Amino acid sequence: MEASTKPSLSLNIATNPGAPGAREAFASLPMRMTVSKLNFFYGAKQILFDINMGVADKKVTALICPSGCGKSTLLRILNRMHETVSTSRLEGQILLDGQDIIAQDVTSLRRRVGMVFQRPNPFPKSIFDNIAYGPRINGAKGSIADIVEKSLRHAALWDEVKDQLHKSAYDLSGGQQQRLCIARALAVEPEVLLLDEPCSALDPISTAKIEELLVDLKNLTTVAIVTHNMQQAARVSDFTAFILTGQVIEFNPTPHLFTTPGDPRTEAYITGRFG
Amino acid sequence: MERHFEKDLNELKERLLWMGSLAERAVHQSVHAVLDSDEQLAKRVLDEEDAINELQLELDDRVVQLLALHQLMAADLRFVLAVSRINNDLERIGDQAVNIAQGALRILRHPRVKPYVDLPRMTEVVEEQVRNSLNAVVRRDVELAQKVMASDDQVDQYRDQIFRELLTYMMGDSSVVFPAFELILVAKNLERIGDHATNIAEDVIYIVQGQDIRHPSVDRR
Amino acid sequence: MSSNGRVRWRKFVSNFMMTMTGVCALISVSVLFFILGYLVYNGGTSINWAFFTQLPKPTGEIGGGMANAIVGSAKLLLAASLIGVPIGFLGGVYLAEFSGSFVASIVRYAADLLNGVPSIVIGIFAYSMVVLPFKGFSALAGAFALGVMMIPITLRSTEEFLKNVPNNLREGAMALGASKSKTIRTVIIPAAYRGILTAILLALARVAGETAPLLFTALGNPYWNRGWTQPIASLPVMIYYYALSPYEDYHRQAWAGGLVLLALILIINIVARTILARGIAVPRS
Repeated sequence: MEASTKPSLSLNIATNPGAPGAREAFASLPMRMTVSKLNFFYGAKQILFDINMGVADKKVTALICPSGCGKSTLLRILNRMHETVSTSRLEGQILLDGQDIIAQDVTSLRRRVGMVFQRPNPFPKSIFDNIAYGPRINGAKGSIADIVEKSLRHAALWDEVKDQLHKSAYDLSGGQQQRLCIARALAVEPEVLLLDEPCSALDPISTAKIEELLVDLKNLTTVAIVTHNMQQAARVSDFTAFILTGQVIEFNPTPHLFTTPGDPRTEAYITGRFG
Repeated sequence: MERHFEKDLNELKERLLWMGSLAERAVHQSVHAVLDSDEQLAKRVLDEEDAINELQLELDDRVVQLLALHQLMAADLRFVLAVSRINNDLERIGDQAVNIAQGALRILRHPRVKPYVDLPRMTEVVEEQVRNSLNAVVRRDVELAQKVMASDDQVDQYRDQIFRELLTYMMGDSSVVFPAFELILVAKNLERIGDHATNIAEDVIYIVQGQDIRHPSVDRR
Repeated sequence: MSSNGRVRWRKFVSNFMMTMTGVCALISVSVLFFILGYLVYNGGTSINWAFFTQLPKPTGEIGGGMANAIVGSAKLLLAASLIGVPIGFLGGVYLAEFSGSFVASIVRYAADLLNGVPSIVIGIFAYSMVVLPFKGFSALAGAFALGVMMIPITLRSTEEFLKNVPNNLREGAMALGASKSKTIRTVIIPAAYRGILTAILLALARVAGETAPLLFTALGNPYWNRGWTQPIASLPVMIYYYALSPYEDYHRQAWAGGLVLLALILIINIVARTILARGIAVPRS
């Protein structure tokens, strides 16, 4: 008999995160977005302090923290949604594929960096028109119906709604509406998909479905997710950033962070000894 | 829907079974090195020891990560914990096989003490124990596990038999003491392998029924 | 007073007040039916085909109808909508989207004040703005007066319904790469259209019955009106003239006219509220 060949490892488990070279292997992964020396203010109040991190290409990156630490704020900066608040002020640099996102046109940035929100927010239109909205306003070429079907398949919703595309999106259940929102975001083929606590308003079964979907999505696009549920971060992500009072305390491959965290504050949080 | 962690669990099982097959092979080859006076076979066992040890480290890593990253419950949890124990037993089986192989190399330097009668029979029983215990893990077969545990006494009897016989030989002829003694050690190692197989069978009961049947004499109430 | 007596007194007071409030509610509702009944009783017999199709007969003659007044009212309302609705609607959009600015608060305040201006004063305003320069009473002047009255209602209602659209819809559209104006056009307005439509209909119902501003703008016309620069007959004004006249037949026709006018306004109201009741779509939570 021949010596064993190592089988393909699922993407969530490294062979041995403690082995020399494993961390370097992860660290050398290409980053889709990088955040450097980011300081963020609402008026006079500073929310984020000297943030340095990245979102790895075609991987899932999770941001976790105890409540009110700025994780959602950080996520919203990545597609410049923070600009809806007039008192927001930003210092530092954020790059998408090496280009400064502040210097670009904001509407084209938002097509490339999509977002799914905490509470599902479908438009009061039909399912079809919801998904078609993004492609239509961005002047998509090709058949809209094909784009709609493709997006719904990617969001694991096609089979459930394929016969009712004309029905109002509001007739769907909460979990279905959230998958609709994911499909709607995917329809413009973003390079990065941001999800702000996407499951916090959903029941456990819908949550499980969306978690499975997220792990599959990394074949399609880079994913960044904010979650208040650290077990969810452990289940779905490849990288995790632990944020505390507006600072990144630790940013590591997920298996590493949850088995041998580098910082005692991270350890205190994930073992539930916080507060 | 098959979930991603189920894939990881299946991979864990596959790697465990691969380790088991390596351990089985080590047992077979090491004993036959003695029975057939085959030096090459003994050397091969020594070469393949590292593979088993590497797998032990790999499996323990996988267990830690599965437990940390996925909130395993019920049968999944018991399975993963049992893998950690079975892992240990398999590694020990590997060690015992190495001991037997090293003994084989030493025995080879001497002429054969006696025709091997009980040793092949004992080998068959123990190899079957190892094979069945691993099959019981795969198939979650409680009956098969119980069969393994039941044959433990038989293995002990074989060992005692071999011991008595060889003792007689040693008392009769002092020149055979070295090889005879090594053979007694081989029988002891083989019996230990059987014990490890029995441990694995006990773990199967734990996985399937949730009952920890180790140390029945301890009062668990 | 013993505790038992106190309880009985409280119960009596409670029941008495319940009854009184019920009676008052009944009175309020019954006023509407009373008016309706009175009109039907007095004018019902005069409603006939001739009423809707014939011009008024010369003074003193029996018969004829209010065809020109009915068509005239319709024409005035149409033109008033064309003036009042676009201004009110777009102004409402502005207020909803820039609601924090200083200009917006001034506009809002002014609209509320305009809403309170007596309709006859609006008529005088239209007289000086349209009748004097054009040197004559006209349908245009009447439409102008009614249109101005429609502006504040439409404006404030549009603003309210647009603001009621949940903010997360805006965020959803913007996150897909829609600019602010595209978001308004393609998401916010469609989401609020039922409410806005209702508001327009209610504004129409309000001005349909206005008499004072038409008295010296549109004036009145015993014949068909042609174009926009001639005086035009309208239902409320016609009712006014007929009621003041000494002729029995005119009185009869005035009752009929009042019935038709009230019926028209009631229908607009009911339609508007039905549209609104079908719901501004609200997501299931």
